[in-house]
Amino acid sequence: MRWQNTIKVSFRSILKNRMRSFLTSLGIIIGVAAVIIMVAIGEGAQKEIRDNIQTLGANLLMVFPAARNVGGVSQGWGSFNRLTMEDANVLERQARLVQGISPMIRVRAQVIGGGVNWSTTISGVSVSYLLIRDWGIAEGEFFTERDILSRNKVAVIGKTVADNLFPDQDPVGQRIRVNNTPMKIIGLLKEKGKDSRGQDQDDVLLSPSTTVLYRFRDGRFIDMIYASAVSPLMINAAQEEMGRILRDAHKINTGESDDFTVFNQSELIETLSATTRTLTLLLGAIAGVSLIVGGIGIMNIMLVSVTERTREIGIRMSIGARESDVMTQFLTEAVTLSMSGGLIGILVSLVGSRILTQMTQIKTLVNPSIVLVAVVFSAAVGIFFGFYPARKAAALHPIDALRYE
Amino acid sequence: MPPVIRIQNLVKTYLMGDIEVHALKGVNLTVEKGEYLAVMGASGSGKSTLMNLIGCLDHPTSGEYYLDGINVNELSRNRYADIRNQKIGFVFQGFNLLARTSALENVELPIFYDRVHNIKDPRAKALAALEKVGLADRMHHEPNQLSGGQQQRVAIARALVNNPSIVLADEPTGNLDSNTSIEVMEIFQKLNAQGITILMVTHENDISRYARRIVEMRDGLVIRDHPVNARRSAEEDLQALKAAAAESLS
Ligand SMILES: Nc1ncnc2c1ncn2[C@@H]1O[C@H](COP(=O)(O)OP(=O)(O)OP(=O)(O)O)[C@@H](O)[C@H]1O
Ligand SMILES: [Mg+2]
Repeated sequence: MRWQNTIKVSFRSILKNRMRSFLTSLGIIIGVAAVIIMVAIGEGAQKEIRDNIQTLGANLLMVFPAARNVGGVSQGWGSFNRLTMEDANVLERQARLVQGISPMIRVRAQVIGGGVNWSTTISGVSVSYLLIRDWGIAEGEFFTERDILSRNKVAVIGKTVADNLFPDQDPVGQRIRVNNTPMKIIGLLKEKGKDSRGQDQDDVLLSPSTTVLYRFRDGRFIDMIYASAVSPLMINAAQEEMGRILRDAHKINTGESDDFTVFNQSELIETLSATTRTLTLLLGAIAGVSLIVGGIGIMNIMLVSVTERTREIGIRMSIGARESDVMTQFLTEAVTLSMSGGLIGILVSLVGSRILTQMTQIKTLVNPSIVLVAVVFSAAVGIFFGFYPARKAAALHPIDALRYE
Repeated sequence: MPPVIRIQNLVKTYLMGDIEVHALKGVNLTVEKGEYLAVMGASGSGKSTLMNLIGCLDHPTSGEYYLDGINVNELSRNRYADIRNQKIGFVFQGFNLLARTSALENVELPIFYDRVHNIKDPRAKALAALEKVGLADRMHHEPNQLSGGQQQRVAIARALVNNPSIVLADEPTGNLDSNTSIEVMEIFQKLNAQGITILMVTHENDISRYARRIVEMRDGLVIRDHPVNARRSAEEDLQALKAAAAESLS
């Protein structure tokens, strides 16, 4: 049979039972829309993470302490070898492929100033910190190498801290007490917004690394090290170089495992998006189940249709339809049903994800490839679930079909 | 030239559970091109079974059947379908038109399943077939908008559209009144005059006398095979009927 006629007959029989066809496609509509929206939510979340990590800073590298393996046996969390100020210094002296190194020492701090009590974090960093984090000063100035050498009690505060302590005053020049230590505010940071976990990055107080290390901590261990590679192309080389320098400093022989990890930005993105990706996959798979349920609905209706149209099949066979003609006819019908369901489902998902973003602030990202996958998948559902009914129709004996009442 | 149909010792046995039903018990029949047969016999004598076998809708249990010199029993199911499409035109008692499908589209159907010829304009060909049965003006009517006689004429047009070797008609007038039946016979006689071979099953003696040859069956066997004497002309009968009707009116 000519394909135009096959398609014409399909549409005619689908339109003949409008309501039934619509209800049958509804399963596919819901399935496809659900898959696309779920995946869009997942991808939206991933994109947000990526964007946020990029706000961390340019060519960012991070060094964290790690659990040490001895003879292939992990020594567990208790065996964490912590990083020291000396690690930051040795990197500062020897690393050629980085343009800035900063230790990071974080301490919870109770800040009193302007008659207000504010709980925040004080971070001890080096003068390179702003460059590394791609940050800047809004007002006043940042501390200098001298401040670090002399462990000066100066602080640069973030916008949130400023807004809370000195709502209607210029914070620069004000005196505050941090965990009972008097300090002077010398600068105000530019506003940075929230990070990937939704934490306010402006709720921060920066001080010279030495000040925090010796006044608020034990004077030895730091939390992590930030560094910035000289160029995006050098990120991997810089990462390797830092690893080599630290292995030397820690006297780790070849074959022994490191007691630290150097992360670069893309690895961090990887780690964080791996979780969301798994979640996306899971959501998509659950939504995919509803597609299969939709397919079963199509199969059911196609079986009804084959029974209803047994006589028609007999007539077509008596005038020369081959088995393959009958088969194609019913397969086309099933695919037409599922594909129109799929297309409507795509429209629903496009509108739905937009409404969702507007109403709930959940970010969605509809990927064109998932739309393509949805089209292909709904066609596949039609073929898969239409196959059995179509086979049943094609296998009918002409005479039995003609005699069917 | 071989006969259109040559059947030798054709047997058809149906199995109903454990019971064997011997519908045909060894039928022999030869039909030459241009013949017009009426197949008669009591109910259950095997007429429809024979027609279905000749029409390649079913395979015989044993025996041989040559259509245009080809042994069709040896053909695959696909070739079987192609033979139905190319060489056979069916006319059924219940018309068997597709519902909610116009007369024209019903007649076009066999063209769409034609794998041998690539017909450029199926519509024109279907319309020509409808003209032959005098229904060109009803081409957009659907079956439920046509009378029984008109439906049967659409079915005949559909049977003719691919220029078959034989037209098989199983009780074509079974659902029609006597006047309409004669109209259908007029069409058959015209077609036969143009050289088309026709096999027609009928219960009515009157109808069988429009054919040229009568084959009588009983219990799955051909028991009598003879030419029609005092053959009737449907055209004349219709004119006589019209005249009678005009007379009774005046
Ligand atoms: N599909 C079938 N299964 C079993 N038996 C069948 C089948 N078709 C026909 N028969 C039997 O075969 C015999 C011949 O049937 P057939 O339909 O050929 O008779 P017929 O001469 O056409 O009768 P009628 O004039 O009533 O149409 C009957 O006894 C019938 O019961
Ligand atoms: Mg019969």
